Amino acid sequence: MTSQPTYVVIGAGQAGGRAVEAMRAAGFAGRIVLVGEESYPPYERPPLSKKLLTGGVEPRSAYVNPAAYYGDHGIELVTGVAAQAVDAKAGRVRLSTGADIAFDKCLFTTGGRVRRLKVPGAELAQVFYVRTIDDSLGLRAALATARRIVVIGGGYLGLEAAASARTLGVDVTVVECQKSLLDRVAAPEIGRVVEDLHVSRGTRILCAAEVVGIEGSGKATGVRLKDGTALPADAVVVSIGIVPNVELAQGAGCAVDNGIVVDEYGATSVPGLYAAGDVANHPNRYLGRRVRLESWQNAQNQAIAVAKAMCGAGVPHAEVPWFWSDQYDVNIQLAGVPDRWDAVVFRGAPQADGFSAFYVTDGRLTGVTGFNAPADVRFGRKLIEVDAAVAATDLGNPEIKLKDLLRAVQAAAPPRAALSPAG
Amino acid sequence: MAWTRVAKADQIGDDEVLGVEAGGEEIAVYRLGGKLYSTHNVCTHEYACLSDGYIEGEFIECPLHQGLFHIPTGKAQGAPVTVDVRVFEVKEEGGEIFVDVPEK
Repeated sequence: MTSQPTYVVIGAGQAGGRAVEAMRAAGFAGRIVLVGEESYPPYERPPLSKKLLTGGVEPRSAYVNPAAYYGDHGIELVTGVAAQAVDAKAGRVRLSTGADIAFDKCLFTTGGRVRRLKVPGAELAQVFYVRTIDDSLGLRAALATARRIVVIGGGYLGLEAAASARTLGVDVTVVECQKSLLDRVAAPEIGRVVEDLHVSRGTRILCAAEVVGIEGSGKATGVRLKDGTALPADAVVVSIGIVPNVELAQGAGCAVDNGIVVDEYGATSVPGLYAAGDVANHPNRYLGRRVRLESWQNAQNQAIAVAKAMCGAGVPHAEVPWFWSDQYDVNIQLAGVPDRWDAVVFRGAPQADGFSAFYVTDGRLTGVTGFNAPADVRFGRKLIEVDAAVAATDLGNPEIKLKDLLRAVQAAAPPRAALSPAG
Repeated sequence: MAWTRVAKADQIGDDEVLGVEAGGEEIAVYRLGGKLYSTHNVCTHEYACLSDGYIEGEFIECPLHQGLFHIPTGKAQGAPVTVDVRVFEVKEEGGEIFVDVPEK
C-alpha cells in the first residue's frame, strides 16, 4: 500500500519518457518514479545513427524533454540505477541500490539490449554497437580517424551507420548474412533498391556473407568472412538486432513471448503491471496479429496510450505501423508490416528521386515504402488503415493520384477506423 | 501590415496546401472549407515543410514525424511537436492570395 498513488516506470528511454509526460498530461497527481540504467534522461534513438554520428548535434538534442522537465513536473527521475526485481503482489520494486519503491501500478518500458556478435575477436576494442548515446559517441570518435570500417548487419540501423560514415568520407563495407539487405523487414526488390543506393555512393555491400571472426590484437584490425575473405578495418560496427528485456517482467510473473505480452491497453497478464515500447508484444488490429515493433512511432504513441490507460482514460492503442530511415540524402519511410504479399508494385522508376513501392496482399494494400516520397507513404498509410481494395495497376500509375484513390475508397464504404486526428 | 502577393487563388483547392516564400519567410497557405489560412511553413520540431504534409480535417500533419498542428491557430497538438507554429493573416482579392508577413 502506498500513502499516495504511485506509478513506477522502469526503463527511462523514449517510451518511459513519453509515458511519464502523458501521465501528468492525463491529470495524474500522484507520485511518479522513472527508473533508468543509463546516466542520461530519456532520449530518442534516431539521431544516434544519423546526426549524432556525422557530428552535427550534441546528445541533449536527442532528449525527449530537457533534463529539468522531470523535476519541474514532480517526476522523480532515477538514473544510473537498475531495477532488480518486481513483486507484483506486494506492489514493490527492488532497485540495485537496495532501496524498495512501493507502487500501485508499474510500467515496463525496458526496451531491448543489443544482440551480441558471438565470434572470436568480438570483444576487441574498436568494435561498436549503436544503441546508446555513449555507443554513438564512441563510434563518432572512431570515425574521426578511421579510414575504413566494416558494418556487420544490413538492417536499417547498420545501413544508417554505414551511410553516416560514408558521408564522413570513410571507406565502408557492409556485411549481411542474408541474401538481401533488410531481409527481415522488406521484400528483396526493396532490399535491392537500397543496395543500389549504397553502391552508388561508394559503399560496398556484401550479402550472403557470414562473419566468422574479428581480427586484431587488443583492438580490431579487420573482419574475416566464412569464404576466407579478410576485410581490413580501423573500426567495426555491429548491428544485428536487439533482444527484448523481458527478464524483470518475467520474474514478476508476466507472460512473455517475443517480448512482454500485453493487450491493446498495454496491460500484461499480471494485474497492475503494464508494458510499452520496444519490449511489448501487442495486438495490432491493422495487421490482424500480434507484433513487437522497434520503432520511434511505437515507442512514443504506445507509451502515451498505455500511460493514459493506466490513468483510467484508456483507448485501445491502434495505428498502422510507420517507420523512417534516413540514408545519405534519401528519406525512406515505411507504413505497414506485411508478413506476406502477392506483389510489390513500383510507382515511379527506382532511379528517379522520389518513388514508392506498394505491397499488395489478397487484393489489399498492406505496406508501402517511399524513397523521398512522404506523401505517397502518407496516403498509403491511410489506404492500409481503411483496408482498401486496390488495383496494382492504379498504384503503379503516377497519373492516378493516391488522394483520389483514397477518396474513391472512402466514398464507397464507411472507413473501418474513424480515428480523430489528435486521438 | 505588409501584404505580399503569394499565389493565384486557383492554385489552392479545398483541402490543399501550398508552400510559398514571402518577406524572406517560408509560408504555407491552406484552403479548408473554402476559407484560406496561413502558417509558417517550417515544422517547429525538426526541419520539414508543412506544405509537404497531410491535411486531415483542420489539422496539418508534418511529413517527417507526423506532428500535428491546428491550421487556424497554429497550435501544436502534442508529441513530438510542442511549440506552436506562427500564423499569418491571409486574404483573397481579385483572384490573388495575399499574406501579411511582418517586415524582418
